[in-house]
Amino acid sequence: MHAIRRDVFQAIADPTRRDIINLVSAQPMNLNSIAQNFDVSRPAISQHIKILVECGLIEITQQGRERYCEARLAQLEEVADWVEQYRRSWQEKHDRLDKLLGKMKNNKK
Amino acid sequence: MSTKNQTSIIAEPGKQEVYIVREFDAPRDMVYKAHTDADMLAQWMGPADRVVKFEKFDPRPGGSYRYTVSSQDGKEIAGFHGSIHEATAPERVIQTFEFEGLPERGHVAMETALFEELAGNRTKVTIHSVFRSVADRDGMMQSGMETGVNDGYEKLDALLRQM
Repeated sequence: MHAIRRDVFQAIADPTRRDIINLVSAQPMNLNSIAQNFDVSRPAISQHIKILVECGLIEITQQGRERYCEARLAQLEEVADWVEQYRRSWQEKHDRLDKLLGKMKNNKK
Repeated sequence: MSTKNQTSIIAEPGKQEVYIVREFDAPRDMVYKAHTDADMLAQWMGPADRVVKFEKFDPRPGGSYRYTVSSQDGKEIAGFHGSIHEATAPERVIQTFEFEGLPERGHVAMETALFEELAGNRTKVTIHSVFRSVADRDGMMQSGMETGVNDGYEKLDALLRQM
């Protein structure tokens, strides 16, 4: 069995979830007003929000009778860092390859 | 000396593919060889603080490759292998890629490496990897963080001293 991943990458892997993050990043919204923006069912939206909460990208706050979804975007920076780390690991490999190619060129002369 | 060549990564959120793009100041046949010769691959492919051993890299249709990554004291950390679908020197290699350390088998990616001739004896390499799922791609890219960046430039420095 695979553990279910609950991190920022899983959160943004789904286009509906990306749209939800976009929506609530402008202003906190309750579930009904979020669901009105989508063609999919309310339970489906509810499920997406549950995942976003578990991934730490949305926080639910109680205001009177209403529960509002608020965006917590600091975590998204993790995504940029992660691609940049991957890029740097390849940059290192390619820098070494540059040296190797330099040697090959010299040997040919 | 010109400025250092930059490696770029294109990995859009929610997609199961990644592009690695790089230009080299060397002719295409040479760059192709450095990507398809076991001894040469071993010299540059590993994370900087690791030892890479290529058991084989057999660049022909139906060929295969396998390599391991070990710590400096010889402890094997990871193994990778795949099949070569096509190797057309000096322009294209298509192969599969699988990390052997995953909890289940079958999380294979397809990699296409294109080698383009540029003016001035330069070469552009584009590696396009397509994974079976977004989670597979993200997992592969993240795994590099643990081993890749540590003590980053040690091996490069050593190589520079040799020259």
